[in-house]
Amino acid sequence: MFAIIRTAMVSLRRDRGALSLSFILPVVFFSIFAVIFGGRRDTTPKIHMLVVDEDHSRASGRLVQGLKQEGSLVVKSRPEPVKDVEQPEYTAATAEIAVKEGVAPVAIIIPHGFGENPISFVPSDTNRPTIQLLEDSSDMVAPQMISGLLQKVAMTSMPDLMADQGSKYFDQFAGGLTREQRDRLNEGIRQLRQRQESGSATSVSGSEGGGIIAVNARAVVGENKNNPMVSFYAAAIGVMFLLFTASGAAGALLDEAESGTLDRVLSSRVTMTSLLLGKITYNSLLAFSQLVVMFLWGWAVFKLDFWSHIPGFVVMGVCTAVAVASFGILLASICRTRAQLGALSTLVILIMSSVGGSMFPRFLMPEAMQKAGLLTINAWAIDGFTKVFWRDEPISHLWPQVLVLVTIAIALFAIARRVARRWEVA
Amino acid sequence: MSSSTVTNRNSSLPLRIEALVKRFGQVNAVDGISLELRSGECLGLLGPNGAGKSTLIRSIVGRVIPDAGTILIFGAKADSTAARSTLGWIPQELALYPRLTCRENLQAFGRYHGLGGPVLGQAVARCLDWSTLADRAHELVKNLSGGMKRRLNMAAGLIQQPKLVLMDEPTVGVDPQSRHHIFEMIEKLRGEGMSLIYTTHYMEEAERLCDRIAVVDHGKIIALGTRDDLVRDAFGTRSQVLAHFGGSPDRVVPWVAAHGGQTIDGIAQFTIAHPVEIASLLEDSAKAGLELVDVSLRKPNLESVFLHLTGRELRD
Repeated sequence: MFAIIRTAMVSLRRDRGALSLSFILPVVFFSIFAVIFGGRRDTTPKIHMLVVDEDHSRASGRLVQGLKQEGSLVVKSRPEPVKDVEQPEYTAATAEIAVKEGVAPVAIIIPHGFGENPISFVPSDTNRPTIQLLEDSSDMVAPQMISGLLQKVAMTSMPDLMADQGSKYFDQFAGGLTREQRDRLNEGIRQLRQRQESGSATSVSGSEGGGIIAVNARAVVGENKNNPMVSFYAAAIGVMFLLFTASGAAGALLDEAESGTLDRVLSSRVTMTSLLLGKITYNSLLAFSQLVVMFLWGWAVFKLDFWSHIPGFVVMGVCTAVAVASFGILLASICRTRAQLGALSTLVILIMSSVGGSMFPRFLMPEAMQKAGLLTINAWAIDGFTKVFWRDEPISHLWPQVLVLVTIAIALFAIARRVARRWEVA
Repeated sequence: MSSSTVTNRNSSLPLRIEALVKRFGQVNAVDGISLELRSGECLGLLGPNGAGKSTLIRSIVGRVIPDAGTILIFGAKADSTAARSTLGWIPQELALYPRLTCRENLQAFGRYHGLGGPVLGQAVARCLDWSTLADRAHELVKNLSGGMKRRLNMAAGLIQQPKLVLMDEPTVGVDPQSRHHIFEMIEKLRGEGMSLIYTTHYMEEAERLCDRIAVVDHGKIIALGTRDDLVRDAFGTRSQVLAHFGGSPDRVVPWVAAHGGQTIDGIAQFTIAHPVEIASLLEDSAKAGLELVDVSLRKPNLESVFLHLTGRELRD
């Protein structure tokens, strides 16, 4: 028995691929998911939201200011400057477009007249102004969090208004205060306002009120979708398996090198460049066919709206297929044997897929990891398919994804061609 | 001789190699080989494993870049398109697609050489017929026997109807019957006037198939000529005596050396000018007290030549 253990251990020690799969991959995966699920608090993702202040009152300004002070939010009232030129503030219309384009999962619109009657303790009060909350329903977390935070911020950032509103209710329903009581109350409200305006008010966590600000949530993306996450997962899982298939198919190159077929092919009129281009074209067709099958299955079984998105699907499908095919050829060029390719591709593809959003939506990841995800094919492909199937964006809006995926394909092919020189001649 | 005459001579030669050198690290795989192949000739490259035969072949095919020297195929540089169109290569490995049928393999390699349409169809039919695999045309390669795979491997190297064919040990690992079949295929090509380079470490193959034989060792051609030339140059009209003595090698080996012989794998080998000299040799061994187990007299062959030239067996 000792001999068997010893033989197995020696074999494992000399099989770098198996070693890396046994020890490195689990550790890397553990680390990735530990980071995603908040193992490190300082990397908890912040929620991006857009704010449109139509009221421009003191109360609306305080609410916006309160939201901006929330550590868990990134609040923007205008788009990023373009070439150092500041852009105009969001309007209700431009904010809705921005949410549709995925700039942020949520936008709130503070309507005219909000400052006159900002909060209400009577849910049925029909006169109170209602904040519009525009949401992207693919993000199931952000709208819920922001709804709650709005109520919290109302209480922590506008205590004077709450007290003032409370006294009005008292006047209305309890017959009012004496002059002396009124003076004392006004003095208290004045002090609260001073404290608030001097910035000394402290945020009170966990003091969420129940609906003192009227909010009307409306999904502006995915409102008509049958199954919000199907298109996401069709793309996410699809790309991951495309990567596996592409690297497996590219492994034929290694088989041919090992059998001597590659030598024979290269002794004909076929050059290494045309050989690799042929392989990439075939592997791209294979990958595209896989995507077609995946999305048709999504349409047939999960009611994915496939047929009305054909042009966008073709554009994203072709770009994704070419990128993964180049990726596969590069891996095959680097490796010396099928076994090496199997180990390396498993390692790289699983890491790319976890960071790039194939296993877990990127918008729920810490910001640093979201940025790291942009180094993967998965992230760009999923973003593109999401634009097509979720946001119903026109094809012209796919240019960043197309540009990046095509650039990746060309770059990986160029590197693979360089590495493949080892097969050309001795 | 005018320069145009030289050019014409070069372009008419199927293969001309001059001072070819290829090093892998510190090893000189090919060490200054010069060679000419005449039209319609079959030249054998005979040598043990690692002698440099395959590197020489791969250099001709353009799969190895020489460190020095030139290779001209019908006057064209080895890695040029013109050379590739006239050159067929049958590698030592079974360089085939196992999941394609025989016909599909031949079609694939034909297309790689730029064939198409009816020309490709005719080429495939010709190769299937030549390799006697027409009845297996639709069989997957992975299901073929070893001999059939070898024949298809050869056929794939001839799909573009080359004028010069390089065969790198095409009979490796096949049974005697399949080997005989392959010999017949090669003899058919020879009958059609094709120029061939045939590498092997089987002496009997070289003797049967080749017009001239180049003995290769340590990257050099150490002898070149017809079979009879090589034997005559090495042994003249002399014969070989092979004797097996019993007893301790400590006694046998010095005695053999003292009588001008060599002991290889326990067999004492002597070269004698006349067969009658065998009697005095045996008499001396008896006087020395050696126990003679077996003795034979033979005419030297290529293996004897190789042994004579290198001091090593052909199949080390």
